[in-house]
Amino acid sequence: MDAAIEVADLRKTYRGRRTGAIRAVDGVSFRVERGEFFGILGPNGAGKTTTLEIVEGLRKPDSGTVRLLGRSPWPHSPELTGRLGVQLQASAFFEFLTAREQIETFAELYGASKARAAEMLDLVGLAEHANVRCEKLSGGQQQRLSIACALVGDPELVFLDEPTAALDPQARRNLWDLMRSINAEGRTVVLTTHYMEEAEALCDRVAIMDAGRIRAVDSPAGFVKGLDAPTKVTVAAGQLSGERVQELAAGEPVAADEAAVVFETRDPRKLLTALASDGALEGLSVRTANLEDVFLHVTGREWRG
Amino acid sequence: MSLDTAEVRTERTERSGGRAYLSLFKALGRGWIRDRSQIFFTILLPLMFMVLLASVFGSGDTAASRIVAVGDVAVLDGADPDAFTVTEAGDLDEALAMLRDGDADAAVVQDGATVRIYPSATNSTSGAIAEGRLASLIDDVNVEVLSAAAPGEPVLETEVEEADGGSLRPIQYLAPGILAWGVAISGVFGAAGTIVDWKRDKLLRRLRLTPASVRTFLGAKISVNLVVAVGQTAIFLAVAALGFGLRLSAWTWFAVPLVLLGTLAFLAIGVVIGGIAQTSPAAAGLSNLVTMPMAFVSGAFYPLALSPEWVQAISYLSPMRYLNEALQSVVVYGEPPSAVLPQIGFLAAFAAIVALVSWKTFKFDEL
Repeated sequence: MDAAIEVADLRKTYRGRRTGAIRAVDGVSFRVERGEFFGILGPNGAGKTTTLEIVEGLRKPDSGTVRLLGRSPWPHSPELTGRLGVQLQASAFFEFLTAREQIETFAELYGASKARAAEMLDLVGLAEHANVRCEKLSGGQQQRLSIACALVGDPELVFLDEPTAALDPQARRNLWDLMRSINAEGRTVVLTTHYMEEAEALCDRVAIMDAGRIRAVDSPAGFVKGLDAPTKVTVAAGQLSGERVQELAAGEPVAADEAAVVFETRDPRKLLTALASDGALEGLSVRTANLEDVFLHVTGREWRG
Repeated sequence: MSLDTAEVRTERTERSGGRAYLSLFKALGRGWIRDRSQIFFTILLPLMFMVLLASVFGSGDTAASRIVAVGDVAVLDGADPDAFTVTEAGDLDEALAMLRDGDADAAVVQDGATVRIYPSATNSTSGAIAEGRLASLIDDVNVEVLSAAAPGEPVLETEVEEADGGSLRPIQYLAPGILAWGVAISGVFGAAGTIVDWKRDKLLRRLRLTPASVRTFLGAKISVNLVVAVGQTAIFLAVAALGFGLRLSAWTWFAVPLVLLGTLAFLAIGVVIGGIAQTSPAAAGLSNLVTMPMAFVSGAFYPLALSPEWVQAISYLSPMRYLNEALQSVVVYGEPPSAVLPQIGFLAAFAAIVALVSWKTFKFDEL
């Protein structure tokens, strides 16, 4: 069976009159297996959307190849697009239509039934708002409608381009559940995001993208493990004497100020046991490395998502 | 076996193509009907112009001249009441005040054998008409007096016949003119506004990723505009006929293909504007910048024959001129379609050239 997506050495340069040539995508290659939840993580302007648009077949690359479900997305073929579901950054709706009319129109384009349209509306929790005009829906509701429109054709491969951008935390969590369930049904999902915790929470594998290139691809856990970073253990200051702090640190880095003592340890179990027996657990927090540290490590730059 | 599957697939694709077209047509048509600003700009605004201009131009030349007689004016005794409405004023100052206020078209004082006429400067057109009518009335009286003095002496008589199949009443040039203008604004504004909307909401981009082809979508969009144009034509001609007594010729149905052709030309102009403009206000402004002057130089509001020569010269560049002329010939004068072939040719050539320009300059990446 073919991979869901196979991308080799994509390049795309924009030539602006004022800005000069910008290498938006600069030699991108990756492969997504069927059923995978694949994330493309990077700050704004990293080239995520351009990459996605090339993969979807909306833009032609200057060079490089794309295979979607074993075939080229170019030229447009109904057989292929019928198997794809797409949610774009902007909420692309027909003006002045209600949520139901909107999704029914998309259903007709994909040859799906009205029942399927109603089911999708229900799935994304918009059944009660079926008769509301799209422009009157909230940002989160519009994103969910947009995802419902992407799912109405029962796609094998779903593209989601920053679906949670500009949503409040609660709406974002709701969308996470929805995206998990889409993937759990066996669909391949490709998600772009500039939220670390989103990629960490949802994706099987994540490609970290910066300045038009993919810097590394791994599972979130694999990234963190590969980073081999120390665990940061923090307790409130004033519970340990200076000597004891040095003793516990046992040669590993430690920082202390008036508020807190921060240990960086590779043996958190031993340190935590010692702290517990000292009764110095006030203000305790334990932080292992996360994708933010991975980004810093991979790109050499602070995360500025 | 494999041939069979291929056939089945083609058939299914074709059928779904037709279905996609219908559902897109329905979605876009619904959107159009629910957009109040569209209805205002394409139907109500031109109708308001037609009603307004028909009332403004309709009065004056056909109505009776309003004459203020100062004292006893004997020459007015034999005046035709269809041509003159006579009121009396106590003195000249009062009469002149009435002229200034626009309450009369001319004041008249008769002093023995001298008739002094004061035509209105406030409304110089009606003033000139009143002056002409009064002069001809005085001539008639003079001829009568002289004929009585010298019986048997032959005098010339004038007879005025109506040319052009009847006098050109304002509604006869306003109905085709405003219709052409209405078709132009709905075409230009419609296409330009739609393209700017697509740049913002990426609807076209999204639809490119459905099994429906872009061609189907554009076809549905253009179809909606063509249906709107036919609806506009029906409404405008109905209002002109029922509200303003425009007599529709037997060839009136030919307005439909003319309007459809015109719409294609104006849509092409709108696509060029939509390609340049980045925001809705910019698209509306540019559309106005193109359609308003085009309407003024094309005889939409005022007969071209009465316009200055330079306006007439510019008008040859405007597609609205040809649409306007063709509509007037066919709808008002009842000429057969063969009489407007040159206009059809110009319109078609214009549409083709602008469509080519828009196709070549359009940046599809922005959509």
